[in-house]
Amino acid sequence: MTDVLVCVKRVPDTSGEVVLSADGSGVDGRYAGYTMSSHEECAVEIAVSVAGDTGGSVTVLTLGDDDSVEQLRAALAVGADEAVRIDAPADDYGPADVAAAIAEVVRARESEGRPFDLVLVGNDAADTGDHQVGIRLAHLLDRPVVAGAQEVAVVGDRLDVRSSVSGPTEVFDVPLPAVLTVWEGGVEPRYPNISGRMKAKKARVEVLEPSGVPQGSGRLGLRVLPPPASNVEVLGEGKAAAPRLVDVLRELGVVR
Amino acid sequence: MSVLVVVEPEDLGDEGAGLSVVSQEVLTFARTLPGEDVDAVLVGLPCGGAPPEAVLAHCREQGVRTLHVTPEHRLERYAARAWARVVEGAAEAGGAAYLVAAGTARGNEVLAHVAAARGVPMPCNVVAVVQEEPLEVERQVVGGAVLERVALQAEGGLAIASVAGHAVAPEPAPSPGETRVEEVAVELTEADLAAQVVRVEAKEGGDTSALTGANVVVGAGRGVGGADQFDDVEALAARLGGAVGVSRVVTSLGWRPHHEQVGQTGSRIAPDLYLACGISGAIQHWAGCSSSKTIIAINTDGEAPMVTKARYAVIGDMHEVIPAVLEELS
Ligand SMILES: Cc1cc2nc3c(=O)[nH]c(=O)nc-3n(C[C@H](O)[C@H](O)[C@H](O)COP(=O)(O)OP(=O)(O)OC[C@H]3O[C@@H](n4cnc5c(N)ncnc54)[C@H](O)[C@@H]3O)c2cc1C
Ligand SMILES: Nc1ncnc2c1ncn2[C@@H]1O[C@H](COP(=O)(O)O)[C@@H](O)[C@H]1O
Repeated sequence: MTDVLVCVKRVPDTSGEVVLSADGSGVDGRYAGYTMSSHEECAVEIAVSVAGDTGGSVTVLTLGDDDSVEQLRAALAVGADEAVRIDAPADDYGPADVAAAIAEVVRARESEGRPFDLVLVGNDAADTGDHQVGIRLAHLLDRPVVAGAQEVAVVGDRLDVRSSVSGPTEVFDVPLPAVLTVWEGGVEPRYPNISGRMKAKKARVEVLEPSGVPQGSGRLGLRVLPPPASNVEVLGEGKAAAPRLVDVLRELGVVR
Repeated sequence: MSVLVVVEPEDLGDEGAGLSVVSQEVLTFARTLPGEDVDAVLVGLPCGGAPPEAVLAHCREQGVRTLHVTPEHRLERYAARAWARVVEGAAEAGGAAYLVAAGTARGNEVLAHVAAARGVPMPCNVVAVVQEEPLEVERQVVGGAVLERVALQAEGGLAIASVAGHAVAPEPAPSPGETRVEEVAVELTEADLAAQVVRVEAKEGGDTSALTGANVVVGAGRGVGGADQFDDVEALAARLGGAVGVSRVVTSLGWRPHHEQVGQTGSRIAPDLYLACGISGAIQHWAGCSSSKTIIAINTDGEAPMVTKARYAVIGDMHEVIPAVLEELS
C-alpha cells in the first residue's frame, strides 16, 4: 500500500502569446487560461498507477489561491482520492518556501499516523522553472530523491526508478519513503472519463494555512523578450522551391 | 574570492573525454562574475589517476586555475547528492564565492542539492549579468519567453546559479594558463548514496544523445499527419546525416518516442541546421530549438511563428517539398 502525495502548480497557459500583468510582476493568464506542467501531468499519472498497483491512495496538493482548485480537480478527475490546497499566493512563494509548506503538510500527516510513502513533484514548474522544489523538500524531510524520474515501480519497500533524460536509461533502486521529481515521457497521462469528472466536481478540497512567512522568490522584475524582427527569406512555394532549398543546404555545407 | 564551475565530461570519440560544450560556455560565463579566479570541479568520470588530456586542454584554454577531481571510486555511478558533496568540498578548498553549472538535468540537480544543504537560493537558467554592484542577473522563465531579474549575492558564503545552455558562446580566456589538478576528499554518508544509479541500460530505439549531438536535425510536427507519414522525414534526416526531432503534439499522439522531443519538456538542441517541417513554433518548442545556427521552416502557413522566426522558409505541403528535395539531392 503506497500512499502518494503529488504536487501540481497552476500556471498560465503560454502556448500562444505571453502577456505580462499591468504592473509587470507576473504573467497574465486570464485570457489564455491556466494549466499545469506536462511533467506534473505525468507525475499524477505515476501517482495514480502506483497507488492502483499497491492498493494505496493519491492525495493531490497545490499551493495557490482559490482558483488553483481547477488544477486539483483535474487530478481528482483522473483518479486522485483526496485534494489539499495550501492557501497562499503562489507568486509570493519562492521554491524554498513552497518546499517548506509542502514539508509541513507531509509532517502533519505523518504525525496523524497516515504518512505519505512517496511524494511526487514535477522536475520543474512550467512558469518559474526553478528545478528545485523536490530536492529542497527531500532535504527537509531527510528522504532520498531522484530527479527526472520517468518510469516508477514499487518493489516491496523500494522503488525501481528509470530516467532517460541524460542519454541512456539510468536505473535507480531507492528505499521508501522517497521523493521523486518527474520528467515527461515515461508514461502517457490518462484522460478523465465522465464519472471521473463528476466525482472531481463534488470532491471536497481540504484547505490548509501555511505557518511560515515566505522569503519570496527574489524576483526584481520581468520582461518579455520582443519577438526578433523577422528576416525570413521565403525560398518559394511547394515543390518548385526544392532547387533553391537545396542551394541553401549546399551553402550551409550540410550536403556535398 | 573565486568562481567554481561544475563541469561535465563529454565523449569526444577518439580523443577520449573532453568537456561538454555547455560546460565550456559556463567557464566563459564565469569570467563575467566578480571572482579573481575560475576553478572547476569534475565529477562522473572513472576516478583515480589523471583527468583525460582533452579535459585539461579545455580547462587550460578557459584559464581554469584549479581542476578539482575526486579519488572516491563510489562516485563513478551518478548520485546527485554525493556529487554535491564533492562540489561543496571543492568550493571550500578553493574559497569559492560563486558556484555555477550548466542548466542541464545533472547541473541543475547537483546545484539544487548544494543550495538545499546550505539553505541558499539558486536561480536557474541565468543568461547574463545585468548589474555588477550589487550583482544582478537575468534568467529564463516561462520556457525562455520571459526574462526574470534576480539578485545573485554571496551573503550565505556561496551564491549559486545555473546557466542556460547556449546563452553565451565559449571563448578562450584572454590569458590561458596552466591548470593545477587537485583531489577533493569527501566523506560520504549512506544518505548521500541512497539515490544512486545502479545500472545503465541502452534505451530501446535510441536515446536523446542522437538528437542533442546531431549537426542537422529534421524537425517534424503535427503537419506530418500521422505515425505512418515519417518516411520522407527520415529519408531527409539520413541524407543530411542528421537526426529526427519532433514536437510534443507528435509524442503525445504516440507517433514518435519522447526521446525525440525538442522543447521545454524535451531536449534543447543547437545544431548547425534545424529544418522544421509542419511545426508551428510554439514558445515551448522554440525553447528547445532557438539556439540552432540556421533554421529553415517548411510550413503550409506563411504566418506560423516558426516561419517568421526562421532564416529561410518554404511555404507548402511538407510531403510535396521533402520528396522534391530528396529527388534534387539524388
Ligand atoms: C507546459 C508545456 C510544456 C510544453 N513542452 C513542449 C515541448 O517540450 N516541445 C514542444 O514541441 N511543445 C511543447 N508544448 C506544446 C506547445 O505549446 C505546442 O502545442 C506544440 O509545440 C505544437 O506542436 P506542433 O507545432 O507540431 O503542432 P501545431 O501547433 O498544431 O502546428 C502544426 C503546424 O503544421 C503546419 N502544417 C499542417 N499541415 C502541414 C503540411 N502538410 N505541411 C507543412 N506544414 C503543415 C501548420 O500550418 C502548423 O503550423 C508544451 C506545452 C506546455 C503547456
Ligand atoms: N505552488 C505550488 N504548488 C504545488 N506544487 C508546486 C508549486 N510550485 C512548485 N511545485 C512543485 O514543484 C515542482 C518543481 O517546481 P520548481 O522547483 O519551482 O521548478 C513543480 O513541478 C510542482 O510539482
